[in-house]
Amino acid sequence: MEVVDTKEKWTNRIRTVTIGATAEEGGTRANSVTVGGETTLPLLTFEGEIPHRPVIAGQIADVVPDGWPQILKEAVGDVINSPAEWAQKLVEEDHVDLISLKLIGADPAGAARSSAEAAETVKAVLDAVKVPLIFWGCDDEETDNALLLECSAAARGERCLIGSATETNYRTLGAIGTADKHKVIAEAPVDINIGKQVNILLQDAGFSLDDVVMCQTTAALGYGFDYVYTIFERVRIAGLKGDELMALPQIANVGWEVWKVKEALQDDDILPGWGKLEDRGPLWETTTATGYLQAGADILTLAHPRSIAAVRQAIDDLMAS
Amino acid sequence: MIFIGERINTGFKDIKQGVTDKDPAPLVHWATKQAEAGAGFLDVNLGAVSADPADMCWMIETVQGAVETPICIDTNKPTILAEAIKVTRPGMLINSTTAAPEKLDVMMPIAAEHGACIIGLVMDESGTPKSVDKRVENAGMIVAKAMECGMEPDRVFLDPIVMPLKYMQDQCKMILEAVRQFQLFSDPPPNTVCGLSNISNGTTQKSLIDRTFLVMAINNGMSSAICDVMDTELVNAALTAELMMDKQIYADAYVRK
Repeated sequence: MEVVDTKEKWTNRIRTVTIGATAEEGGTRANSVTVGGETTLPLLTFEGEIPHRPVIAGQIADVVPDGWPQILKEAVGDVINSPAEWAQKLVEEDHVDLISLKLIGADPAGAARSSAEAAETVKAVLDAVKVPLIFWGCDDEETDNALLLECSAAARGERCLIGSATETNYRTLGAIGTADKHKVIAEAPVDINIGKQVNILLQDAGFSLDDVVMCQTTAALGYGFDYVYTIFERVRIAGLKGDELMALPQIANVGWEVWKVKEALQDDDILPGWGKLEDRGPLWETTTATGYLQAGADILTLAHPRSIAAVRQAIDDLMAS
Repeated sequence: MIFIGERINTGFKDIKQGVTDKDPAPLVHWATKQAEAGAGFLDVNLGAVSADPADMCWMIETVQGAVETPICIDTNKPTILAEAIKVTRPGMLINSTTAAPEKLDVMMPIAAEHGACIIGLVMDESGTPKSVDKRVENAGMIVAKAMECGMEPDRVFLDPIVMPLKYMQDQCKMILEAVRQFQLFSDPPPNTVCGLSNISNGTTQKSLIDRTFLVMAINNGMSSAICDVMDTELVNAALTAELMMDKQIYADAYVRK
């Protein structure tokens, strides 16, 4: 009996976004990283083209993140106090494809560092490593408008990926992306309709969607993961079916979000029977990340070296077929 | 919804003049306007102004020099098509073939060879069908020929042939039913298209009638229309209908301004 061919035939291709500029392209990166370009759902290499494999961005911050568990700080080591050295370690020892720098030091409710200091950190990281850079603000919108402007100028021409444009600050992000030749993350609060809205607004403001990566706001496993997973899927299916406003690569900010939930913070003295945190923490990060990998994430940020190794292995295995 | 801009047609005086004088200005103007309004293809029609393929090639090259939007080569003459397709960028749409074998056997292999999509008018040598069944039968011939030539069914844009509401009022619901039945040919289904302004021919409420018909056609699966893409009320009604059919994801800013 003939086996019926059940392969889906999609009509559209996801846009490609290239992060990082080499010397010939006006930057100083040793290489660039291209994501997107799929003509099929994640990992279905038998059904369509997946020209660029999903990539891993090593998570760093300009100050030691509040609340990170000891097991993670120890795994990072002393370099946690120096963003440049931290980035170097992630590149040299953990072989990450990019660095994802969160500029929480500028948070007015925290260290309240100046935009100039943040820009210095961005420069220091760019000097220390030659992989492409993603950098994010501190999530205080007023602070971020000035902060991202200054950091963007400091990294002019390096084609960084900057997070993130929202329904309210899209004009600022679009303008600095254009002025300094960077790519922009469009972020929506776990809401596919707002996700599309931000893309339309950026496009209407004159920023090309060829320079945008979507972020649905990342949820850790057990904390709304299934909602975000579904949005990733719906965005990708809409894009493959021909909705150009949704045919964009996607980023899951796993490394930043997972290390806030009790499963990744508390050891078995508080959670008896849950196993040692030393194993459970990286496992929680790895499981969350591999979930998003299957939902359609093109970029995954990860913090723990063991998670980075495990997720890379998963990508290798799943892309090998 | 794939909107096919209808304006670059020598039926319009300014375009006719442009072609006669070899003045690119009106063609460039309408190519740019329609592309900005979101046209997925730009129909280019030489009409009866000339039978010289070189004139059609000049029109296409002029439009392609102004915008990136793919071309819909609008001619029923294989000799003009054969020359025009050589200067047209990939991703073009051919307008059109019918189900008549002598036409289908010539046009479909050209589409297949050039990786083009093609509009299939569901008429044959006996003329335009008046029934649903005959429309579907002719559509089946066109889709079958496409598949025989190795083309995916969705590279065919089936045109049920829209008749003027004013003069053939009974035809409207048959056209809509035919569109619905075209969806059953394959998965994903063939595309469907219509020359929208035919529906309002001779009426005093052209825009309202075009818009209402398009919304009803979308409800039955219509995926494309050759129309006035500058009519924002028309375009926004179509986009809204597509939201209601769950073909697009809603966003507050979905309407075109």
